Amino acid sequence: MTTQTQDKPVSNGVDTEALIGARGAFAEMPEAASFTFRSTCDWVDGSESRSTINGYFGLGEEHTRKQTFSISSDHPEVFAARDSAPTPPEIALSALASCLTGGIAAVAQHRGIQLHDVQCVVEGDMDMRGILGMDPDIRNGFSAVRVTFAIDADASDDDIRALVAQSQKRSTVFDLMTNPTNVHVAVA
Amino acid sequence: MRHISTVIIGAGQAGLAMSKCLSDRSVAHVVLERGEVAQSWMKDRWDSLRLLTPNWQSRLPGYGFKGPDPDGYMNMSQITRYLRDYAHVINASVEEHTTVHSVTSHGNSSLVRTNKGDWICDHVVVASGACARPKLPQLADAVPESVTQLSLGTYKSPDQVAKGGVLVVGGSASGVQIAAELSNAGHAVTLAVGEHIRAPRRYRGRDIQWWMDRSGVLDVRVKDVDDIDRARRVPSFQLMGDPGVDSIDLNTLQAMGIVITGRLAAIQDGMAQFSGSLANHCTMSDLKIGRLLRHFDDWANRMGIPDLPDAQQLAPTSVPNSPYLMSDLNDGAIRTIVWATGYSPGFSWLKLPVFDPKGMLIHDQGVVASGVYVLGLPFMRRRKSALIDGVGGDAQALSDHLIANRNRRAA
Repeated sequence: MTTQTQDKPVSNGVDTEALIGARGAFAEMPEAASFTFRSTCDWVDGSESRSTINGYFGLGEEHTRKQTFSISSDHPEVFAARDSAPTPPEIALSALASCLTGGIAAVAQHRGIQLHDVQCVVEGDMDMRGILGMDPDIRNGFSAVRVTFAIDADASDDDIRALVAQSQKRSTVFDLMTNPTNVHVAVA
Repeated sequence: MRHISTVIIGAGQAGLAMSKCLSDRSVAHVVLERGEVAQSWMKDRWDSLRLLTPNWQSRLPGYGFKGPDPDGYMNMSQITRYLRDYAHVINASVEEHTTVHSVTSHGNSSLVRTNKGDWICDHVVVASGACARPKLPQLADAVPESVTQLSLGTYKSPDQVAKGGVLVVGGSASGVQIAAELSNAGHAVTLAVGEHIRAPRRYRGRDIQWWMDRSGVLDVRVKDVDDIDRARRVPSFQLMGDPGVDSIDLNTLQAMGIVITGRLAAIQDGMAQFSGSLANHCTMSDLKIGRLLRHFDDWANRMGIPDLPDAQQLAPTSVPNSPYLMSDLNDGAIRTIVWATGYSPGFSWLKLPVFDPKGMLIHDQGVVASGVYVLGLPFMRRRKSALIDGVGGDAQALSDHLIANRNRRAA
């Protein structure tokens, strides 16, 4: 009924205690749980742009990281671009993969399952006639997304399937891709 | 103004069980009932509903099923008669047609205001049930006016549903039962499902409730689970009380021609949007029931239960390749929406500071505050707390607590 826990200590590099502590703190003070994340994007040239990510709001205050991260994006040569970086949809696919993978590590730690290797392949199908405005019945976004995990862990097949399922249940990017979100775009 | 030791609010199985336990302990009490005994069973459910638990499982303090068919499932008039007979047998002091307007503190006592006068009492037992009000999601407000909306309170039978398509929202016991009967009545039915748990009516030749009961799953206590909030939110099994229906899970419903989609996530400009998470919800349901059945198998092996057919695996839930993500509620294909989105207890008359910020009643295994108790909520003390079979044990425990509390106050 309950998930198994094994005798030997499990280390997936996840501090479950801290996460459980955060749950307790947010239960006491729900307003501290309100976070705002942000990314700044600068056009470089053509279809190339560069996003920089640093500050975020959370726990009632603004946070600055030690390091500013940067993610570039471009389009491949078949779209007459320079192919200097992945496309935005590929970045979205990698965001989904990272979100689910990190979730698997956290859930595995909580359930006492030692992971040895986790790899996934994410594919998104897209009909280009959508973004080219050729057919209103074809959407711009992916018509389907497939994620395939290969996991080596000290657990049964069903327990591994349950890890992957629970990770989806708690994943931000999985939620973003499977459910509608109100998006407000303004010009400052 | 009348004074009494204890006021019990609600004359369903919980209120009656509590009345029996208090009578056994010579505690003066009255049961206030807004309608008649077993009112919700009689009036507030849909016509075809039968208990999800077999007759033998409707055990109450000092009372049990004695009819010829212990493995059958009571329909609504049968459970109503069963509880009215119980009220008679235990000689319950029920004041019918008495609606409680408010419960407030009154010094060390409670003041219970009703349409038939007020009561001052030392103890209040809230036994109005977990299913007093059908819950509707906020997005019901966004449904176009051309679509008729029914709730678990207003839906009675397929006869009242206009010809045409129906969207049933919710994939637990109520949703799957209503979807099935609407489909049988000739409606094109779409069922929107989020988290759900499938269950076979019978497993290895025994009713699933036999397994739940005998293996001890229903007796699991609050302290035995690591996340009680989550355990209290677990939805009801996809089951129906019909010995002829072996399963009413999503495979069965799809074989009947019902279309399944993900959770109804939003309605924007009349467009219903369904979540793309259906496959994961089906996987989770398969895994959960698989774990439960293996738990039963292990228990049966350990106990050496004789004459059991071999262990079985359920076929995985088959998920459509590309479930619908959108449906235009303005195009006439869906004429009716049935919200099978659960119930809430409806404690608005309980005017005490005993609710969390989400409006959920705070209680410690049924003890709400000094002199205030609740009964019949999901996993209140044990997993079976919200079942007819579970209120008896809880009522005994709360009665004992009430007596100890009374003696402490008097000392």
